[in-house]
This record gives sequence, C-alpha cells and structure tokens, in this order.
Amino acid sequence: MLIELKDVNKVYTGAQPLHVLKGINLGIDSGEFVSIMGASGSGKSTLLNILGILDNYDSGEYWLDGRLIKNLSEKEAAAYRNRKIGFIFQSFNLISFKTALENVELPLFYMGVARKKRQSLAMEYLDRLGLRDWAGHYPNEMSGGQKQRVAIARSLITHPQIILADEPTGALDSKTSEEVMRLLADLNREEKVTIIVVTHESGVANCTNKIVHIKDGLIGAVEDNTGHNSSAFGTSTIMK
Amino acid sequence: MRLDKDTFREIGDSLVRNRSRSLLTGFGIFWGLFMLLFLVGGGQGLKELLGKNFEGFASNAIVIFADNTTKAYNGFREDRSWNLTQDDILRLKTLIPELETATGAVSAWGWTAVRNAHTSSIVFKGINADYEKIETPRLKYGRYITEADVMTERKVCVIGKKVYEELFPEGGDPCGQTIKAGPVFLKIVGVDFSTGNININGDASSAVVVPVSYAQRLLNRGKNVDIVCLTAKAGIKSSSLESRIRHIVAREHSFDPTDKGALIFFYLEQFFNMVDTLFRGVNFLVWLVGLGTLLAGAIGVSNIMMVTVKERTVEIGIRRAIGATPSDILSQIMLESVALTVTAGSMGIVFSVLILNLVEMITKGQAAFQINFGTAVLSATLLAVLGMLAGLAPALRAMKIRPVDAMRDE
Repeated sequence: MLIELKDVNKVYTGAQPLHVLKGINLGIDSGEFVSIMGASGSGKSTLLNILGILDNYDSGEYWLDGRLIKNLSEKEAAAYRNRKIGFIFQSFNLISFKTALENVELPLFYMGVARKKRQSLAMEYLDRLGLRDWAGHYPNEMSGGQKQRVAIARSLITHPQIILADEPTGALDSKTSEEVMRLLADLNREEKVTIIVVTHESGVANCTNKIVHIKDGLIGAVEDNTGHNSSAFGTSTIMK
Repeated sequence: MRLDKDTFREIGDSLVRNRSRSLLTGFGIFWGLFMLLFLVGGGQGLKELLGKNFEGFASNAIVIFADNTTKAYNGFREDRSWNLTQDDILRLKTLIPELETATGAVSAWGWTAVRNAHTSSIVFKGINADYEKIETPRLKYGRYITEADVMTERKVCVIGKKVYEELFPEGGDPCGQTIKAGPVFLKIVGVDFSTGNININGDASSAVVVPVSYAQRLLNRGKNVDIVCLTAKAGIKSSSLESRIRHIVAREHSFDPTDKGALIFFYLEQFFNMVDTLFRGVNFLVWLVGLGTLLAGAIGVSNIMMVTVKERTVEIGIRRAIGATPSDILSQIMLESVALTVTAGSMGIVFSVLILNLVEMITKGQAAFQINFGTAVLSATLLAVLGMLAGLAPALRAMKIRPVDAMRDE
C-alpha cells in the first residue's frame, strides 16, 4: 500500500469544536486513480490536506510509502511535499507575478536544483502539456484550462509518486474539465502516477477508476469504477 | 537557505512591484542615514574650524594679570593699582618647581606699521624668549625672538602674517629689512604665519613682536609686564598651583592673598574644556537625532514588511505547499528587508558624502567636513544589521504561515 489511513480523526478546535473526520480507514495502492466524492462539509478537503501533509490529524495513523506520517518537523514535511507529492488546486494557485515557466520551476528551486537545469526541465514539462509558447506569459494572460495545465506541469516536475487534486475542474467549464481529466487519466496510465482527486461532481469522479464516497467524516462506500459508468449524467461528459 | 541568481532577482522583483511603497519606505532609511552622516561630518568640521582659533596655544596655560586691589590690606587702602613685574616671573619660577614655563609680555595697541607706501595697523608686543612655549609660532621666514635679543634690548621684530601681507604685498623674504612700527624703526628677523585667534594680548597675525626689555623701555614700563603666562609640568593640575601663586605675588606686592579681584587668573584649560564639552553635547545630539531618524526609518521598513507578509499570505502558503521550508520563507523576507534597507541607506551615504564635499568646497577646505571611510563602512554594517532587525518580526510571522492557512484565505 502506498497510502494507508487507520482510524484517522480530525477535530477543528474553536468556539464550537468541529469533528470533521471521524475515523477514516482507507488504503490506496501505487498507480491507482482514485476520486474522493462527497458533499461540501463532508471532510473531503480536510482528508486531502492530511494526505498532502498540509494539515495534521489528531489521532490514528497515516502511513505514506511505509513511513508513519506523524509529528513531522516542518522541514521534513516540506521535503515530503516537495519530492513525493504534487498538488493541483481548484483555484490553480499559481504565483501571479511569475511567468508560467517560473511557476513550474519553483518546486525545483526549493529542491535545490541548479538554475539552468530547472529552466530546461520546466520547459520540457510545459512542452509536454502543449504550453511551450506560453512559457513567458503570466497567469492572468492565460485561460483557466491553460492555468490548470501550468499547475499540473508544476505538480509533475519533481516526479512525485502521488498527485493530489483538490477540485481540479471546479473553476473550469465542461470542455476544459474533460481535457484536464483526460490529461490526468493519461498520466496515470502512462506514468503510473497515483492520482487522488477530490470532487463533488459525479462526472469528474466517473473519470477515475475508483470512487471513495465520504459522508459526514466517514467513508461511506468504495466503488470500483473501472467501467466508468457510475454516474447517471456523467458517462459521456462532465455536467456543469 | 538557498541562494542563487533567482533569489536576488526575486527580491528585486518584489521591491520593484510595489515601487512607490518601496521608495517611500526607503526614503525613511535614506534620510535617516543622510542626516546622521551629514550631522557627524558637519559637527566634526565645525569643531575643526573652531579648533583653528586655538592653534598654537598651549592648552594648559594660565594667564594672570594685575587689577586694582579690592580689599584693604596691611595699611593700604583698597582700589590701589599695582603691576606684575619681570621679578615676579623669576620668583614664581624659582619658588614653584612644578611650573614648566613662566613668561611675561607687554603690549601696546592701536599702532601703525609703515614700510614705504604700505601701512598696517598692528599690536606692538614685547615678549620673553620663552613665550614661544605658550603660543607656538609657525615661522615662515627667519627666527623668533631669542634670549640674547632680550638681554641686549635689540631693536628687532617678528611680524605676523597679516602685517607681512600688508607691508610686503610683493612677497619674498623680508628678513633684514627695516619697518617703522609706531615711533621706532625695527629690523625684521622673522615672519610668524600662525593664525591662532586667541586674543589675550593681541592676535598673532597682526602682531609686531619685539624683545620684552626693549618694549618696556620704549613704553616706559620699567620692569612691569601686562600679563604673565604660566604652564604646569606634565601631570600637574594647573589649578592646584593657584593659591601658592597668589601668596607669592601678594606678599611681594602687599595685597591680601585672598583678594581674588587683585590678581586675575584665566585658565585656558577651562576654555578648552568648555569647547570640548560643547562639542561633546553637539555630538550627542547628532547621534541622538541621526540614530533616532534612522530607527524611525527601520520601523517603517518593519511595518511595510508586515503589510507585505499579510498581503502575500496565499503566495507564501503556495510556496510552503510545493516544498519551501520555513527557513526558506524566513530568509526570503529577511533578505527583502535587508535589500531595501541597504539600497536606500547606501544612497544616503553617497548623498551625504556628496553634500559634505560641497560644504568643503564652499568653505574652501578650511576644515575637513568629510566623514572618513571607517564611518562609512560602520554605517553600512549598521544598515545591514538594522535591515535584519526590521525584517525579523515580519519574517517570523511569515514563517508561521501554514500551507492550509493559505488555502483557506481564498
């Protein structure tokens, strides 16, 4: 198992403590293409944050690639995020004052790769995603689909084992959503990258091979979707 | 901490992105450093200018002179006039071994020196040969008055710079030539170029200096002198000798040794101390004002960096999510702060050096206003430290930003 969660709990403390995850048990193998589906407030984003070591959990165990992820120092966590995990966000989260190329090479900068190497690698990835001509453009000069592709290039550049996508199509129209999902599916198939997508759209979930339903902080059902026919609406397209 | 070309480009970019903000914040630092260095340079120049007035004068000298008595004593009424004499000088020298020098002078004011068609208003000064230990001459030509001149009452003189320039506008060595000073003809033996401005018995540049014995005879003063100048030996506080001097002189001239009005003491030391204290005060103010302004500037930088960090929460969160360690973020903010401070401050250094140079040009190089290289290096170091201190609080705050915080801010 690449990812294994055992009875993971998460409570947001505050004026009114919020028990978001109430004992999650989940295993994901290397090379899987999984979606985590649930309504808003079900805890799916929190789960993704924990998987991405962006947030910590209160009890339980999270094993990533055979190592228990608990009480990591900030430095270790940063190294894990940098090398093992790639992130794709709903709002792309590109740095607005950096060009596409600079955005893509940023993870390599924090990895300590030399400048020349960074640039050529970043260019290579942009090229693979069909954005060679856009390398010098700033995010606000690009369409949503292009921005998301830059973000995907950025997430791929350190060769992570896992890609975590938080509502990757949330800000895109149905056509670009399909493109992005197809891109992720290709990546999964050709490069055997483990991809976990968080979504509340059944059409998006239907593109993945396994659907994990989460409801009120608990795993409801794990559905095998290798036939891609789980959604009544989404068999042929992503409904918006 | 990772440093490469991009690190610096990024710092430059983020400073340029908020151009007017960086300019305004940087101005605080610029002005602070300019003020500090300009005031330091200015204070030092002024001190030097003022110091020129004391040039050549023994800073530990005591000058004493006689005035009418203010107390009745030993059968004499008060308000009696008396004079210091050559004998008093000898007596003081003999009885107080702690004295290094004791010498006297007589003067006559309002005289005119004439040579051909040239005239100059002068102070006619008779001195003992060892007077040069009190007021050091800077001889341009010839020699000073000697012991032999005094003993043989030679009609020779040493003329001051102003007298020389007015009587010899064509320049050249005037030694051996004769001028008329007041009613008498004198042979020039030396020219004194010292420009000290201490005016105890006429300033040096408009003086015509002759042997004291000759002056006394010419002015009908007998053995009297106007002033006696004394210096104590090294390590002896000159004011500790005052009461002994008073007693010796008072016994000889029959006035009350406690009569402070009869024998007046003037300590040059006090005068020098006063000037020293004054400038120490000025210096203190300079540093207070300069450092205060600089500190205010640094606080401005700190404030602006706080705002920047707040604004860039999402960006910093993104960086953290893709693998930046807290120390990466810390160093980024610190370096931005240091870069802003050092850039602005260096301009302050350059500008103050420029202005001080201008001041030096205007004052025609009479004094060194320019700050020295060490001060410049010191202030540059100070800047870097200030920049780091200013960046510390914002950087620590930036370090605390967690990646999820950034996501939530959307």
